[in-house]
Amino acid sequence: MNPLVTVVVAFRAVLRNKMRSFLTTLGIIIGVAAVIAMMAIGAGAKAQVEQAFSAMGTNLLIVMPGSTTAGGSFGGFGSMPTLTWDDLAAIRAEVPAVKAAAPQLRANQSIVSDELNWTTSITGTSPDYFEIRSWPVAVGAPFTQADVDAGSKVVVLGQTVVERLFGPSANPVGQTVRIGQSPFGVVGVLEKKGQSPSGQDYDDAAFIPMTTFAQRIQGGLGKFLTGTIFVQATGSDTTQRAMTDVQALLRDRHHIPPGGEDDFSIRNLSEVASAQQQGTETMTTLLASVAAVSLLVGGIGIMNIMLVSVTERTREIGLRMAIGAKPRSILLQFLVEALVLSLTGGLIGVALGVGTASWLAGKFRWPMQIQVDVIGISVVFSALVGVVFGIYPARKASQLDPIDALRYE
Amino acid sequence: MVAEPLIRVADVEKVYKTGDVEVRALRGVSLDVRPGEFVAIMGSSGSGKSTLMNLLGCLDRPTSGSYRLAGREVARMNKNELAEVRSEILGFVFQSFNLLARTSALENVELPLVYRGVGGAERRRRARLALERVGLGARLDHTPAQLSGGQQQRVAIARALVGDPKVILADEPTGNLDSQTSIDVMALFQELGRAGITIVLVTHEPDIAECASRVVVVKDGLIVTDREQVPRPARSAPAAGAEVHP
Repeated sequence: MNPLVTVVVAFRAVLRNKMRSFLTTLGIIIGVAAVIAMMAIGAGAKAQVEQAFSAMGTNLLIVMPGSTTAGGSFGGFGSMPTLTWDDLAAIRAEVPAVKAAAPQLRANQSIVSDELNWTTSITGTSPDYFEIRSWPVAVGAPFTQADVDAGSKVVVLGQTVVERLFGPSANPVGQTVRIGQSPFGVVGVLEKKGQSPSGQDYDDAAFIPMTTFAQRIQGGLGKFLTGTIFVQATGSDTTQRAMTDVQALLRDRHHIPPGGEDDFSIRNLSEVASAQQQGTETMTTLLASVAAVSLLVGGIGIMNIMLVSVTERTREIGLRMAIGAKPRSILLQFLVEALVLSLTGGLIGVALGVGTASWLAGKFRWPMQIQVDVIGISVVFSALVGVVFGIYPARKASQLDPIDALRYE
Repeated sequence: MVAEPLIRVADVEKVYKTGDVEVRALRGVSLDVRPGEFVAIMGSSGSGKSTLMNLLGCLDRPTSGSYRLAGREVARMNKNELAEVRSEILGFVFQSFNLLARTSALENVELPLVYRGVGGAERRRRARLALERVGLGARLDHTPAQLSGGQQQRVAIARALVGDPKVILADEPTGNLDSQTSIDVMALFQELGRAGITIVLVTHEPDIAECASRVVVVKDGLIVTDREQVPRPARSAPAAGAEVHP
């Protein structure tokens, strides 16, 4: 029997019992749809986390001052300034795995333009900062080391702040804003960066030289650096070494004896990112395996209905054998029928899965990524389910004795 | 030159085992059928005639003995080889027609050719010719449910004919038909016999057996009578394409 005829005969047999065929394939449809929707949403979430962390900066370490201990109560990280300006200089100069380091001093302050005002996070830092966080300037230029040295009153604004102070798509470079009592010249506007992994708006910020920050906002440049230090390693493979080296350097500089507790802490952002990604991946795998179980159940449904079909058509099988069908032709006929069921279910499932994922993504504003390889694997897998669960009923049909089959009532 | 008979059954035994009980359905049967003969096999139920028919139809293999069909020894063939022999040499007609439901007469008749790998257009052409030969040229698209019993059996005969078989095997072909329709079907068989097709037919009705040119009676697994006779004409055969019972 030629393949085309076999497929046509199989399709006809499947269409003969439309409702039954549909219910049989429902297991596969739901299974495939669930796998595809889950994987699409999972991949979207993963991509979002990845993008969010790469927005924070690559190969990034954050050095935070340690905690105070007052009467047995721990004040939490950053409650006491333990990092000094000299520490920053030492990290820059003495650790080879460090590419750049910049302080981040923060305070919430109101910024006033000619007509509007907006309270935002003012950050005092050095020009390296924009490079460390891979955050280029869209209009104008970042402030320079000279500005830092001189304590110039210049500011680089984030997009959200520009919108609030000057309105959308305005170019504020060259204008003057007031922070506290002092006028600051706007020298640059940063590119839009979006949201942090925790949903914070990166663009709602303004940046001024660290020296200016210390003098104007903190009221004097002391010995201690009252903020955190952003450190960028030379590469992803040196991030870990940079971390241990910075730790050793700071312990030495702070005269902490061996076995003593650090009075600072270092966070490796790529570790945080990979931990979060792992969480997403675990969740996706879990959901996808539940969906895969549903595929298996769908396969059992197909086997069940194929067994019913073989029994129902015993006389037909006997007749086909009597007029010259070889056992192999009968086997193939029922196998192709199972395959038609499962593959049709798989394709409907793909359509439904893509539809569901898009709908969910639209409705709940979830990120989504349709993965072509997952679609391919799902279709192949559903075909496989058809073959695996169809082979037993098909074998049963092909091994019928034609005499008994013809006499079957 | 003496040609070998089309069917040569020699000392065939068939033993069925059901648990510990052995049933000897055939106990040494020998039978030769020459090309063009119209043989009626008779016998009561349990006589072994159905077993003999299954062996002749290559649906079953004898326990011992030899069966040569068209010069080939088929007694020891495997399932696939038997299927090929059935497809190439034999045509079957059953008591209950065994047509595929919800499938047109034309497609039912095409079926044996499908398993022979004949292409679609050629299949349809030959199926149409076969249906015309049994007088159903006007009912190609009817499904079995739209045909009378006699017409369904004609479709089944067309299906048996379509592959140009050397032998047509008919198992109680009139068993489900009323007497008038039975006569029509037998007339069709006689016409095919006159055209040179060898026919072996199983029946328990004496007046059906009278239409054959030879009657073989089976009893208790043995052939007890084997006689040639002048066939009684069933009726003048219907002209091709004409409907007897519209």
